[in-house]
Order: sequence, then C-alpha cells, then structure tokens
Amino acid sequence: MDAAMDLMRRMPPGSAETALNALLSLLPDNSLDLLSQVDLPLQVCSSSSVQTQAVLLGPSGGSVPIRIIDAAPTHLDCSFDWVLRPVTFLVVSCCVAFIKKCPFLALFPFALRVCMDKESMKEYILCEYNRDADSYRSPWSNKYEPPLEDGTVPLEAMRNLEIEANEVFSIYRDQYYEGGISSVYIWEDEDNGFIACFFIKKDGQGKRGYMQIGSWDAIHVIQVGPEEEGAAHYCLNSTVMLSLTTDNKQSGTFNLSGSIRRQMSMTLAVADGHLVNMGKMIEEMEGKLRNSLDQVYFGKTREMVCTLRPPPEVLNMRLPDS
Amino acid sequence: MRALLGDDAVYEAAAGEAFPEYNKTHLVSLELPDRSGDIIITTYGELDKNNYLDPRTAQVATVDHIKQTCTKLRPAMDEELPSAYIEDFRNSLDIELSKYVGEAYPKGVCAVYCTSGKDVEGPGADFGFAVVISAAKRSPQNFCNGSWRSVWTVDFSYELQYVDIKGKIQVGAHYFEEGNVQLDTNVDRKDSTIWQSAEDSAVSVTNIIRHHESEYFSSLEESYLNLSDATFKDLRRKLPVTRTLFPWHNTLAFSLTRDLAKELALGK
Repeated sequence: MDAAMDLMRRMPPGSAETALNALLSLLPDNSLDLLSQVDLPLQVCSSSSVQTQAVLLGPSGGSVPIRIIDAAPTHLDCSFDWVLRPVTFLVVSCCVAFIKKCPFLALFPFALRVCMDKESMKEYILCEYNRDADSYRSPWSNKYEPPLEDGTVPLEAMRNLEIEANEVFSIYRDQYYEGGISSVYIWEDEDNGFIACFFIKKDGQGKRGYMQIGSWDAIHVIQVGPEEEGAAHYCLNSTVMLSLTTDNKQSGTFNLSGSIRRQMSMTLAVADGHLVNMGKMIEEMEGKLRNSLDQVYFGKTREMVCTLRPPPEVLNMRLPDS
Repeated sequence: MRALLGDDAVYEAAAGEAFPEYNKTHLVSLELPDRSGDIIITTYGELDKNNYLDPRTAQVATVDHIKQTCTKLRPAMDEELPSAYIEDFRNSLDIELSKYVGEAYPKGVCAVYCTSGKDVEGPGADFGFAVVISAAKRSPQNFCNGSWRSVWTVDFSYELQYVDIKGKIQVGAHYFEEGNVQLDTNVDRKDSTIWQSAEDSAVSVTNIIRHHESEYFSSLEESYLNLSDATFKDLRRKLPVTRTLFPWHNTLAFSLTRDLAKELALGK
C-alpha cells in the first residue's frame, strides 16, 4: 500500500489519471486510500443514485472514467473503463451516506466550484464540508441551495465563529488577491475541538494581450484541539493548486500546472481568539507557498528545460570538440 | 508495484499494456547490446510489439518494455530496409541531424525512419521520412524528470520538386518534491524546401529543424517570463497594498480597510 501511495504521489498530473485507473482496477478495495494520495482536482457531482459515474479531472485536461457500482457504506467498489489515453472529462460522484462514512474522501483537493447565494448575492465555494445530499450550504445565509429541510448546520458557537471568519477572511482575500472568492466552513470535532476549512479561488488573465489563463485554488484545513491552560494546538494542512496556460498559434500550448502541499503545526495562546491564530498561520503559509510556487514552477521546471537543451550562451562557452 | 500486488499475473497483464504505450509516447531510448548506439522506441521503427528497427545500424532489437532493455539483436533483413537510393537520402539526413543533435542536446538521441516509398529505386517517385529527436533527463532522487521530444515528417514530392516539412515539438518537466508540478508544452510547425541532392537536402532540412527548434526554445523562455510577470503576480500579491501584514487583531481596521480598498478600486 505504501508503495502504491508513494507512486501516486509522484505521478505527473497529466498521467496521474491513467496510473490511478490502473491501480484502482488492481486494488479496488484500497481505492479510497489511493484516491487520497492524488492531487487531482475532483469535482463532486451530486447524485443520490447508487450506480454513479465517477470522473477524475486532471489539471491539464486529462481524465479517466471510473464507474462506481456499489457505494456501500464501508467501501467503494469500482469497475473501470480502461483508457490509456485520457480523452474526456469525468466527475467523481458519491452518495451522501458514503461520504459521511469516509471522511478522507472529503479531504481531497478538488477544483473549486462556486455557487451564488441569491439572498446575499455573494458567491460561495462548494465542497464536501458544506454539502448535504445534493445541496450546498452557503456560509453567508447558512441555508442550503437547493433548499433542504433538515440540512446539517454547525452548532451555534461554531456558526458564530464561522460568520466572523467569513467576514474577516473575505477582507484578507481582498487585500492579497484583489478579487476572487473565499469561503470558510467550521464544524465541531471530537474532544471539544473543531475543524475549520478556508478556501480561496482566484482566476486571472494576463494583461499583455496573450491568451493567458491562470487559476489559484487554495485549501487550508486547520484542526484545532481543545483549549488547555489558555492555549490550543493548531494543525494546518495547506494545498495550493496552480494552473497557468498560454495558448497561441505562434508558440503553441504552454501549460504549467499542479499543486504544492505544506503542513504547519503550532500551539498558541488563545487570548486573542482562534481566528487571529488561524489567520496568521494561513497568511504565513500562503506566503511560503507563493515563494515555493515561484521557485518550483518557474525555477525548477525552467532549469530542467535548460538542462535538456542548454541556451546558446552556455553552448558557446564550451570548448569545441576536435 | 509487483510486491504490492502479490499477484504476478495481474501485474504482468496490466504492465504489458501500459509499458509499451508509455515507452512509445515518451520516445524512450535504450542502449543496443553491442554498444553500437541507442535505439529509440517509436511507432516509426516498430516492426511488431517487441521488435524495433534501428535504421542507423540496420539492426532489429527485441525489447523488454517493462525492464526497458534490449534482449536480442539481429541484423535487419533486406525487406525491412529501404532501397539504396532511399538510403542515400536517409543516411545523409541522419548524418547532418546527428551533428545538430550532438551540439544542441547533451542527452539527445535521434533517428531517421523511412515512412513511405522505401522501395523507390530512382528519381520519379515520392518518398517520406520521419525524424525523431529525444532527450530525457531522469533524476528521481532529486524529484525531477524532463523530456524534449520532437518528431518531424519530411515528405519529398517529385512532381512539385519540393520537400514538405511538418513538426511537433513537445517539452515536459515534472517536479514532485512536496507537491506535484508539471510543465507540458507542445507546438506544431511547418516549413518546406526545394528538392536537392541527398547531401544538400540533408543540410537544408536540418537547418530548418534547427531554426524552428531554437526559435521554440526562445519562445518557451518568453512564456516563462510572461506568465511569471503577468499572470502569476496577478493571482496573488506578495503583500497587501499597505505593505504590511494583514491586521488580524484589529477588527475595526478591517471594515475601514475594506471601505478604503473599495474606494481605491473605484478610483482606478
């Protein structure tokens, strides 16, 4: 299992789908563990039927079909259509009961989809944490869209924190992203702790007349332990999925995409409140991730290209072969 | 993987399908057992699933796709090789191309395959070649891999007395330490030149290839700069406009900042 997980972690985003399909077909009972290692943007399509189509969206447009035959509460039974060259887009679809039983399915980074809260005319991000059946709860109105009679809502204390978090995080987002959409979802955890999820989605286009598309999807999950002696333990898991593309006739298609993950744990005094602690951690983390992204995306990959084909200046420096 | 599955038959079946496909797509090159050079795994040289032609040394290698090694080597049969007339053109192109690839790609290999008209005996008919260039760097201990692959089709048209050249260049890089980042680029190029002698055609075609590939390399550099300067920086600032970290403590400052930010936005 460790070998398979490691393998999945190292797959290039473009071929992850193919490899995942292969592994899933060979290890249907371990499918959930395998899926948890994949950094593919997954879109969860709502469906309450047992037989559903599953799809994995690759960041560079690849995809792989999986058919979920029996989403029993304890395991996922997948059959698959073997596709060596990913062609079509697919969407992962799961039953609600299944999701509730398998919390780590909900921890996958996924392409963030948004919905409009018609009451407040604000957009919010859809994910497993605010989903119940086929509806999604808006952090602004605390209501489900499409409306749901007995939809799960956080406890009052959690909801109050959630409201404040959304307000403040929205301003943070404005300051750093100058646009985009953010959402925060908070719910109680065992032992009087809680889990908070901060999402940011930003799409951008280059200004220079190139056909350029960029997208930044950030997911921060903080697990907060119970307060002890005025302090609490915060464990932050962050993922930023970044995709940058240019496409034109002259220079063809240029696509840089993927994700970077980091983890940070701290024990902090709760004197100023949880939000301040979580906010500062996220801000620090995003700063580090942004630098890493710059270094890795633009630095490392470019370095590799120059290794394969050294630029003319380098070649000229070489001693001529006899 | 094999150890993980504990079932060799299943592994063999799955790997049997995946590996050849992978090797061909990535233009994997293997060292020939007699050390006479490298052979590229490509559909252009594929005689059957496990046997590939190396046109330069006129040999056929039997390949183990999974282990990525050559298991057997034999001389190519006459019917597997082009006629002397075609071989003249093919070989001249191969010589020029090898010089270019040797200079431009430290880890590059190349080959020229006859794709049509291999039995043409003399002037009067059309024929075509496929030029394959592959350079790869595998550094899993440093968590990175990369590849440069170009495939050029070179079609000689007797009636029009001209050579039609079409190419596809693909560059990829993959970095996977604490994350998973992939560069995936490709471009299609077209060009042409007039029909000349074998040697002169070889020089012209190679110059065209050299020109397009170095132009593409420059455009990659430019794309990096553009994406970095324009698109990436637009996504998230390093610091807010205030040039200080976000004031999490001060709730009042939040609403003020927000209104200020709105005003600034309106003023833009």
